[in-house]
Amino acid sequence: MISLERLAVDDIHVWRGDRHVLKGVSLQLGPGELLHVWGPNGAGKSTLLRVICGLLRPEQGWVRWAGEPIADDPAAYQLALAYASHEPALKADLTALENLRFAVGLKRRVADTELRAALGQTGVAACADLPARVLSAGQRRRVALARVLAVRASLWLLDEPYTNLDASGAELLSRLLEQHLDGGGSALIVAHQTLVLGRPVRRLELGS
Amino acid sequence: MSVGLWRAMGLVLRRDLALSLRRLDQLVQPLVFFLIVTTLFPLSLSPESSLLRQMAPGVLWVAALLAALLSMDGLFRGDAEDGTLEQLLLSGQSLGGIVIAKTFAHWLVSGAALVLISPLVATALGVPVAAFPVMMLSLGLGTLTLSWLGAIGAGLTVGLRRGSVLLSLIVLPLAMPLLIFGANATDRAIGGESATGALYFLGSLCLFTTTLAPLAATAALRITLE
Repeated sequence: MISLERLAVDDIHVWRGDRHVLKGVSLQLGPGELLHVWGPNGAGKSTLLRVICGLLRPEQGWVRWAGEPIADDPAAYQLALAYASHEPALKADLTALENLRFAVGLKRRVADTELRAALGQTGVAACADLPARVLSAGQRRRVALARVLAVRASLWLLDEPYTNLDASGAELLSRLLEQHLDGGGSALIVAHQTLVLGRPVRRLELGS
Repeated sequence: MSVGLWRAMGLVLRRDLALSLRRLDQLVQPLVFFLIVTTLFPLSLSPESSLLRQMAPGVLWVAALLAALLSMDGLFRGDAEDGTLEQLLLSGQSLGGIVIAKTFAHWLVSGAALVLISPLVATALGVPVAAFPVMMLSLGLGTLTLSWLGAIGAGLTVGLRRGSVLLSLIVLPLAMPLLIFGANATDRAIGGESATGALYFLGSLCLFTTTLAPLAATAALRITLE
């Protein structure tokens, strides 16, 4: 079953107006694998991530999950993925816990204790009942990370997840990534810096 | 365990209502606008009650229409700006269901609230109490229809930096039948005549938009967000 959970991206082309942003990007990602997408600003890293999520339809090329084009059964694919954009995607007027209750609750039934545990894992248990507006940028990032954890998706798509995180936060993220990969999950990460994990990291360079 | 559509729609509805209640200024603004506009008319024209009663349907409906427009732009904009709309799109739930829940929540805090305070305004304009049921029913049907039309417009303009003017241009022409038949129903009720014809027409418009607008708004959102 798990061996089926394979992401295949085939010759993706995306134009933005006259600009040819993605010029035939292909990649493969299987269970337990991590791919680090990097490149200069404007190389189309975030665009690629949006294409893989299904938020953006490419002019040419395919994204397949478990062998099927993602447009065939978008709901099943969406339940299998957790996407964190460069925005933390939190409602400023809701508390961290309420934000999670909503965002995770749409994907699976979840108890508050589990959400609090996820917030604890990312080190923001104390912020659970504070409105997201009063949290610092780093704390918001950690809440967004707790969302990714609590969704229990097999494919993580993270856009610049290290932004705003302090040293301990970056370490925590790397540890969570390792756990996710060890558990048979896969992850695609857009980041500027080199990823330091206890394993070799595959890299895809865009815009070269 | 997977989450059914009804449960997901309930979550969206509850979230949007909670958000509205925490941003009371945004909730109250259209209502205050409605109150102010309708009280300005007697001040600027004449406090004579026969004249006011004659103008009341038009004043009520124009004010209600403009008040509804005020809050429309925020229907999807807030979610689009903080990135939660993307998460909604990737939630594995039907976007149509989410749009319906969001629009209904929007109507509850704008349209339904407006209907509830309309007797206050109507009393100030000299509308007889006997006309209240028809007036409130017509306003209720009218504002719900407006919310659906607004959902289409908001879906089309959510990608624009300042879409509110364009939104008004899209929605106002579509809202003209509402204004005509809504004001007509209220006018007839004030005159003690039967308003059934106009109410039926409003009801059919409401039904028409309730069934088709979610499809149109969903398609509009998808187009703008790509």
